[in-house]
Parts: sequence; structure tokens; C-alpha cells
Amino acid sequence: MTGHSTYVPKSALARWFESRLPIMGLVHSSFIAYPTPKNLNYWWTFGGIATFMLGAQIVTGIVLAMHYTPEVTMAFDSVEKIMRDVNFGWLLRYAHANGASMFFVAVYVHIFRSLYYGSYKAPREVLWILGVIIFLLMMATAFMGYVLPWGQMSFWGAKVITSLFSAIPFVGDAITIWLWGGYSVDNPTLTRFYSLHYLLPFMIVGVVVLHVWALHVTGQNNPTGVEVKSVPKDTVPFTPYATIKDAFGMVCFFIVFAWFVFYVPNVLGDADNYIRANPLVTPAHIVPEWYFLPYYAILRAIPSKLGGVVAMFSSIAIFAFLPWLDTSRIRSARYRPVFKVFFWVFVACGIGLGYLGSQPPEGGFVIAARILTAYYFLHLLVIIPLLGLFERPRPLPASIADSVLGSGPPLGSRVAAE
Amino acid sequence: MADSLAANSAATGSAASEPTRRDFLFIATGAAAVVAAGATVWPLISQMSPDASTLALSTTEVDLSGIAEGQIVTVKWRGNPVFVRHRTQKEIKEAEDVPLSQLPDPATDQSRVKKPEWLVVIGVCTHLGCVPLGHQGQYDGWFCPCHGSVYDTSGRIRQGPAPRNLDLPTYKFMGDTKILIG
Repeated sequence: MTGHSTYVPKSALARWFESRLPIMGLVHSSFIAYPTPKNLNYWWTFGGIATFMLGAQIVTGIVLAMHYTPEVTMAFDSVEKIMRDVNFGWLLRYAHANGASMFFVAVYVHIFRSLYYGSYKAPREVLWILGVIIFLLMMATAFMGYVLPWGQMSFWGAKVITSLFSAIPFVGDAITIWLWGGYSVDNPTLTRFYSLHYLLPFMIVGVVVLHVWALHVTGQNNPTGVEVKSVPKDTVPFTPYATIKDAFGMVCFFIVFAWFVFYVPNVLGDADNYIRANPLVTPAHIVPEWYFLPYYAILRAIPSKLGGVVAMFSSIAIFAFLPWLDTSRIRSARYRPVFKVFFWVFVACGIGLGYLGSQPPEGGFVIAARILTAYYFLHLLVIIPLLGLFERPRPLPASIADSVLGSGPPLGSRVAAE
Repeated sequence: MADSLAANSAATGSAASEPTRRDFLFIATGAAAVVAAGATVWPLISQMSPDASTLALSTTEVDLSGIAEGQIVTVKWRGNPVFVRHRTQKEIKEAEDVPLSQLPDPATDQSRVKKPEWLVVIGVCTHLGCVPLGHQGQYDGWFCPCHGSVYDTSGRIRQGPAPRNLDLPTYKFMGDTKILIG
């Protein structure tokens, strides 16, 4: 449902330019005339919110780079200098550090919205896989950014995560030394992480462009999961309808963001990271940032080094195969009563793993992490494929317009609409 | 041009025909391009390996005379901690008496020391690189606080997720009270 451009250049100059580079027509057809399903709810605003957070991270990051020194004896001090001496440095750094968390909040909501409404299913598989790639790039970027302040948690987080590669049979140790540029995490590691931390966000921008392109080829999914059947009846133009809704969603999100930045800027961080990195002393309890905790719990749940590493990477890679693991042709959980229950159990499982990732790896925590790790894979590899075969879905509305306006033939859609 | 293309395709069409000069040039150019691509990429990969100054920092001297019996001293070697442990008679006996069948990564204590009272090991947990804490854990060797690996008084893994014993650095005795690590 590509929106055909209805852009008409108004001035002679615009006509001259458009006939040479039709960029205004592209913007017009993509973000103004573009038809959006008329029933999109506020869960659909998080894609725009995530894009804004990416932009905010790039802007704050570029200015922080003007003051930061990537050298092991000066990195920690330069961050403290940003906090104390640089004009508004405290604001820029807190906005960047909390902005990373907010970016992950927006992206997690965006991902779970796709899972709930079946947005990953045909014909949106490529769109979904691009999203998985963006998520992996975000994780790499966030991890390397966290190393830059060169506090204790920076150093030991870097050591533990890069040591994951030493689990690779035969060549693991050689790869790890190559990644470090030495025999431990040290200055060469810091400088390369800084270089890549600056590069990767722009690679994310590139994949986001592909993601939006793929989105505009297939058109957006919507809460009914029923494809647009009639553009005039089922859709509204992107501007003003989606633009205003997205803008309102963003403003509400900014309130939460601002609360973190101005009232509790360190609540998501770790106090140990205000201690300078010491390669000879490991902190008593190493924990990653909150957005990595579920994967960290999976890593520690497996009582084998290689097994834990494989399980952790698989837990994310498996999402790339989700469009084919899900055998149900019904997209939206609204019309899948059993899937809906399992969806919320899976959300609870993810939150549970996050909690366990923050706890020491002892006794009952380890057992619980093993049970939840097993359930995580059971959900994706067994429950999701089987549900599509055995579940009896509710009747779908004939169209988006029918679901919104309640007209049309009585297909039982009144029962289904919530 | 069109004639030669037609002749060429006719030539390749028959199975018995000889390779043409074009086939040879095509394969030779392709092979040269692959070598050139490899030669271009290699410096970009190699630059990330430890540089000359990192390799030059590869020896550390330790004076043993100040280390009391039972004490563990940590020194820095190539960016990592190395534990130099002056073992007591009891610790040596415990390490030597363990049957190899009880060890996940079997190694005799004799194979891990040059002199029984001096144990020198790299203080990096073989699981994910944390620094284990000395005189802790069930075997009074080391305990890693990150993921719970337990090592004995010979630095051998006894419990937990670590796959190997603590690694041994290369070192030699320079007289009775001095060692050179590296």
C-alpha cells in the first residue's frame, strides 16, 4: 500500500528542483500523504519515540565527545570534568546515560507491541529481521558506551563480556586477545570501543532507514491484524493524524525521561562505576545495566561456559526466525485467546529473568533462572509453533473500518472487539 | 566484438574445446583480485592485535623474601594479576593428596609448581575473567565472586562454571628469593 505521491510543487523553484531530485515528493508521500490505519493505538507511537531517542543519543553523544578523553589514565577524570566543569556537562551526560535506558524502554515496548499484534508475520518478515539487527547493534553500542567512563563496572563489565568470546572452541583465546589488543582489557580496548561507539549509531541510522523503507512497502500492521482493504475507508493520512498522535506520545514519554534526568539521574546506574577502574580488584557483585539483565540471567543459568554463551546469543538470534516459528495465520492477539495468555506469561518470564540477572548466582536464584530460561526457549520453540496448529481463533472483523465503526455483516466481530 | 563473443560461446558450447585466452584472463584477474582484497583487509584486522609496546611489557620481577608463609601477593603482569602464594605445609599436603579422579581438569600439584612452597598462577578466573579472592571457598584456595567458581590451593578448578584450572605464567627462579615472570 505505497501511498502514491500527490505532491504538487507550488513554486517555479520547487518545480525546478523536484524535476532534478524528487526528495520533497518522497517526504510528502512517506510522511504526509502516507495512509496509516485509522485504528492505530498509542502502542504504535513507540517506533517514533525510539527514533527520536536515537537522534537524542547522537546529538548528546557528539557534544560529549568534544570533552571526553579516551585514555585509561584520563578517561575517568574527563568524565568527572564533564560533570563538574563543562557548561551544562552534567545535563548532557545525564541525558545521554539515561537516554540510553529510555531508548531501550521505547524499543522493548516497540518489540512487545510487534509480538502482541503479530506484526512480524508475512509480509513483514524482512521489516522484523531489520528490527532484530537494529536491536543487536543497539546492544553493542550501549555495551561499548558503558565502558567509556572507565569506572569499576565499566572495566569489569567489559572484561566479562569480552571473555564470552574465549568460550569459542580452539580459537577463543586468540580472538579475545585480538579484541582486547593486549592480554587484558586496557588502553587499546578503550580506544577501539570509543571509535566503534561513535560509528555504530550511524550504522543504526542506516538500518533504521531500511526498516522504515520496508515498513512503507508493506504498510503498517494495526490492532486488528487485518490488512487495509480500502485506503479511503480504512486509513487516514499520516499528517496530521499520526504526526499529532506520535507527537503527543513523545511528549508524555519525555516527562518520564525528564524525571529520570532531573530527579533520579543515577538510579539506573551502578554506584561502583564512580570508582576508578582497577584491573586487580573485581567488584563483589558484577551486574550489567538493567536492559541486559534477562540475557545475563540466561548466561549464568547454564552450568557450562560455552553452553551459557550459546544460550545467551540464541535467546536473541531466535527472534529472527519468529516469523516462521509462528504457525498461526491470525496476527493480532485480540483474536487469539490462548496466545494472549501465553504472551503475558512470556512477558512475566522476561521480567523474572531480569530480576534474577540482578541477583547473586546462588541457591534458589540459580534454580529459578534455569526454570525461566527453559520456559523462555519452550515458549519460542514449542508453544508458539503448536499454538498455531491447535488454537481456535475468534472471528476476524471484515475490515478495519468494520472493526472501528461496527458496521458491515455480522461476522461475530462484536464479540471479538474489546 | 559480436563476432568474437559468438565464436567464444560457440567454443564453450562444445565440451571438447580448449579453454580460450579470455577464460585464462578471467580466472587470472579474479585470482589477483582475491589476493589484493586479502592484502588490503589484513592490515585492517592485524592492527587490532597487541602492538609492539604491549608485547615489550612482558616480564615482571618479584622479590619473594618479603612474602610470609601463608601469604598471597598479587603482582601485575601484562595487565593481569598474578598470584604468588607462599604455601604452608598443610596447603601443600592438601594439594598433593587429592586424587586426580576428583578434579574436573586433572593435573598433579607437582606439574603446577617449580618449588612446592611457591605457587605462581595467573589471577584471572578461567570462566569470564574476574579476579578470584584468596583464602576463600571450600578448599581454602580461591573463590570467584562473579559466578561462583571455587579453586583449591593448587589453583585447580573444583566447583563452578570455570572450565580450566587457573593458568600458569611462564616464570623462572633467579636465585632462591626472586622470580622472573614472563
